[in-house]
Amino acid sequence: MSKVRVLVGTRKGAFIMTSDGKRQQWEVQGPHFAGWEIYHMKGSPADPNRLYLSQCSGWFGQLIQRSNDGGKTWEPVGNQFAYVGEAGTHQWYDGTSRPWAFKRVWHLEPSLSDPNTVYAGIEDAALFRSADGGQTWQELPGLRGHGSGPRWQPGAGGLCLHTILFDPSNARRMFIAISAAGAFRTDDGGDTWQPINRGLVSQYIPDPKAEVGHCVHRIAMHRSRPNVLFMQKHWDVMRSGNAGDSWQEVSGNLPTDFGFVIDVHAHEPETIYVVPIKSDSEHFPLDGKLQVYRSRSGGNDWEPLTKGLPQSNCYVNVLRDAMAVDSMDTCGIYFGTTEGQVYASADAGDYWSPIVRDLPAVLSVEVQTLP
Amino acid sequence: MIRVVLPTHLRNLAKVSGEVELEVEGTITQRSVLNALEARYPMLRGTVRDHATQLRRPFVRFFACEQDLSHEPPDSLLPEAVASGREPLYVVGAIAGGAYSRAR
Repeated sequence: MSKVRVLVGTRKGAFIMTSDGKRQQWEVQGPHFAGWEIYHMKGSPADPNRLYLSQCSGWFGQLIQRSNDGGKTWEPVGNQFAYVGEAGTHQWYDGTSRPWAFKRVWHLEPSLSDPNTVYAGIEDAALFRSADGGQTWQELPGLRGHGSGPRWQPGAGGLCLHTILFDPSNARRMFIAISAAGAFRTDDGGDTWQPINRGLVSQYIPDPKAEVGHCVHRIAMHRSRPNVLFMQKHWDVMRSGNAGDSWQEVSGNLPTDFGFVIDVHAHEPETIYVVPIKSDSEHFPLDGKLQVYRSRSGGNDWEPLTKGLPQSNCYVNVLRDAMAVDSMDTCGIYFGTTEGQVYASADAGDYWSPIVRDLPAVLSVEVQTLP
Repeated sequence: MIRVVLPTHLRNLAKVSGEVELEVEGTITQRSVLNALEARYPMLRGTVRDHATQLRRPFVRFFACEQDLSHEPPDSLLPEAVASGREPLYVVGAIAGGAYSRAR
């Protein structure tokens, strides 16, 4: 029987949770790197025992850890992220220019085909790649060098590149998202990039339909249909049927369309999940009720999923990298909260139960489905 | 032999316990000691001082002989007691907040 391994990054260390295909009983290991912020941990699709982890602290900076045995042991690899050429400037919160400066790695995305190739999305926003298992990192400067770079501005969490998606049908196509610049696509393996934000409307920027400046929180895709993208923007849930060339709002009947996470069912490309959050000034669920919303039609028509989730006095948040799905026959959905719960559903969201309740704030959740 | 005391997180990272003892050639300065430290424990590169600028990270402090040497130029001589190995150089994580990201 297959098993699943859930990789959880928290404010105070990394945790690895494993279960068999029933996903009812869990073994929890950790904390790894106790006391450090673990922004993200992800396994290689080409070698599930190869994991990469982003570890950082306000005191000692950034580290990257690599495991070759599914997280039992780790080794530090390269942690130098040097921008190519003159760093230049981006906008600061007050509209003044500020030099680009490395702060941390938000997201690590291993290649679909090569365990030694991994991409890193960093703050201040840039995309890096390692082809030697994380030992050395090189920027893909065409992204930051896009003409709009000096107009990029940080979101509340910083100017972070937080989402990296590969097109499984086209090795030269990739999507990334930056808060608060927007979404970008490359069709030439990362040499050049174009903003893909047409159709986004953001009332909090001077030109609500600007080419860049949108606070995109997350984008997601189903690997069988890489031209269909889903987005949780700061406000608004969006859908694109043409690889981001244009977007349409699909918030539909959501009670609030602010939120951070969005993900797609492993076997149903039009079944998507979000966790509505009350607002950008109140980062918790509406009415103290933690609800995942599911649409089986690619958006617009949404149903609340509440069974097993707290429906009173719940004021947690679910951060943008903190939802994932497994690919078991009955798709499992997972998310973590800022108050340390990791919830799992083994039946595509119909019923939820906590794997753990009292971890540090959860920053990221990834899932591996193992043979 | 130069003695260096690392903070807990960096001892764990370097997989050492207690003090680190280093052979340092030439004059004994912050720079020469940190060069020797990073040469012996490459995983510490970037954690005490910035990769590119080689400047001390803001929340890392250097203490020795009951003095705060954090703001001394990196090429200034360390106290004779450190150079002779009678006293260690302490690398300290400042008692200050790490930045708490707001919206992650």
